[in-house]
Amino acid sequence: MFSHVINAGNGAAVVVEDIRKAYGDLNAVDGVSLSVSEGEFFGILGPNGAGKTTTLEIIEGLREPDSGTVRLLGESPWPRNSALLPRIGVQLQASSFFEKLTAREQLETFASLYGVGAARAAEMLDLVGLADKADTREDKLSGGQRQRLSIACALVHDPDVLFLDEPTAALDPQARRNLWDVLRAIQERGKTILYTTHYLDEAEILCDRVAIMDRGRILAMDRPAALVRGLDAPTQVRLERGSFPRPDAEALPGADQVSEDEQSLTISTRRPADVLSALADRGALDGLQVRTATLEDVFLDLTGREYRA
Amino acid sequence: MTAFRSLALAMLKGFYRDRATLFFTFVFPLMFLVVFGLLFRDAGAEKITVGAVGEGPVITALRETGVLELERHDSMDEAVRLVRDGDLPAAIEQRGEALTFRFAASDQTQAGTIRGIVDGVVNQLNLADTNQAPRYTVDTSNVEDSSLKPIQYITPGVMSWGVAVTSVFGAALTLVNWRKKQVLRRIRLAPVRATTVLTSRVVVTIGVAMVQALIFLGIGALPVFGLQLVGTWVLAVPVFLLGVLAFFAIGMLVGALCRTEEAASGAANIVVLPMAFLSGTFFPIDQSPAWMQAVSNVFPLRHMNDGIMDFLVRGRDASALLVPCLVLTAFVVVVGAISAKVFQWEDS
Ligand SMILES: Nc1ncnc2c1ncn2[C@@H]1O[C@H](COP(=O)(O)OP(=O)(O)OP(=O)(O)O)[C@@H](O)[C@H]1O
Ligand SMILES: [Mg+2]
Repeated sequence: MFSHVINAGNGAAVVVEDIRKAYGDLNAVDGVSLSVSEGEFFGILGPNGAGKTTTLEIIEGLREPDSGTVRLLGESPWPRNSALLPRIGVQLQASSFFEKLTAREQLETFASLYGVGAARAAEMLDLVGLADKADTREDKLSGGQRQRLSIACALVHDPDVLFLDEPTAALDPQARRNLWDVLRAIQERGKTILYTTHYLDEAEILCDRVAIMDRGRILAMDRPAALVRGLDAPTQVRLERGSFPRPDAEALPGADQVSEDEQSLTISTRRPADVLSALADRGALDGLQVRTATLEDVFLDLTGREYRA
Repeated sequence: MTAFRSLALAMLKGFYRDRATLFFTFVFPLMFLVVFGLLFRDAGAEKITVGAVGEGPVITALRETGVLELERHDSMDEAVRLVRDGDLPAAIEQRGEALTFRFAASDQTQAGTIRGIVDGVVNQLNLADTNQAPRYTVDTSNVEDSSLKPIQYITPGVMSWGVAVTSVFGAALTLVNWRKKQVLRRIRLAPVRATTVLTSRVVVTIGVAMVQALIFLGIGALPVFGLQLVGTWVLAVPVFLLGVLAFFAIGMLVGALCRTEEAASGAANIVVLPMAFLSGTFFPIDQSPAWMQAVSNVFPLRHMNDGIMDFLVRGRDASALLVPCLVLTAFVVVVGAISAKVFQWEDS
């Protein structure tokens, strides 16, 4: 009761404290704590088997944690809390559709489960760009189309908190960008979004905060920019190989390290401004690329392993 | 649209958009109905053929009984030869007031029947000749409804079986498929009660069963088969509905125990097929050995079949509702409770 008051006060949509879930010997979720404020876009990142889905499903109230507490909109989601259900929207990682129904019928059926009318279902089809597939049966949709339909089904009752488990998996670049727009628009309306992804670049663009997860634990949790900055990694300036002599590169002001491979010559620097202006002076900016550290580097740094989506 | 209606609609569409399901629900059992119906159409209507020579009141009266078929012969010698050769069971000759009756004793039952008929006709004519009112009169009629034809037996059997198969499969496959495809989990995340999901499936099952029953009865009533709804047939309705519920409960149990559709249809077949053979669907139960009849008493299909036949064929009164209704209700309660116990929303 006490924490209920606190959570309602500080506007936290989700508060998770030290949840654990083991399957036999495997600690799928191994002491996860996090809190997501109302209106926040929160991402959980990590490789396969990190425990993202399990964490999300515990918060949604689909699974019972072995220990730890979850507060969702100030209430406990477990055991099944029907007061919460209309306020949350869930897209499960594996799409869940009624057999032999068309896209429109899927949406109408899910809408009716929340007491929402059919008009809203049609709106949702437009929103995810499936209007022309309205009368196609679920099993005749492509992977990406199924994914979009599944997201539309999660949105149909306009929930306050949205859980999306790898919503952009299987989407082509165009559909992915469209979905980003949809998600941003939802966030702008004050909704909270928790989502998982394998795309670190995407999380960097979309999320207010991310948690990087591996082997059931959260390794780091912050704003993407802060995580990257905290890494304090050098900037990489890349030139086409042969366009600039290596000894000259090593002599540039601010150049810490120079390496070469088949295609390119890469200068590592902590003073990119100096390096770039020196290169500009020598007219060597053609085909130049600047790469700053990303979440992938953060992941590499945290786990000692290369990130493989 | 309410959650209840849209779920029922979703189940119904999953059902009728599947050709194989439609076939096994409607066409397959109907094939049995048609084959059995045609096969046994004339059974029981067969008349005994008897050789007849000469003409007279007795010959005429025999023909009018409608039980014997009289085959004309010119001489008694010829007719008797046929009897001796086993081509006719008996022959009768009337010359004026003299009657000759010859029969083959090799088939005693048939000989007895024919003798009885001939004696009866002769006695009746003798009595009429004396102009006396008969002292003893017998009120005779058969115990079944007078319209009784084999189709009256065949239809309840095939109908119960067809409905049982569909109810078990429908319930089990929806459950397994919805669990496998995570639809159940997804529904669980919506503010819908489990009982809403359950009752919508019950209603769809009953609806489909009623459509099946109407089709079976309709085909049976075609002139070729000549099924008639007679006597107390209305009383068969509660037995039918309870039967559907009993098989629905069995379907839920199968669906709760099986992970895949293949396993579920295998298990459903294992449950329903032996029942069908031992409960009078493919051959009448009273022709099977006593132990088999006893065993078949544990099957809900036997009670559904018997209960429906009691009214549709035997014209019994409401007291005959008791046993089948009690047994079937017990099935619904017990099997339903077990399946509720083992039911899971998702594969763990
Ligand atoms: N029902 C279950 N029974 C046994 N083990 C499970 C179960 N669910 C998950 N696990 C295990 O728990 C671990 C975490 O699984 P989880 O699905 O949460 O990972 P994830 O981060 O979502 O992975 P992915 O990116 O592949 O979706 C995995 O090793 C998985 O094998
Ligand atoms: Mg996952």
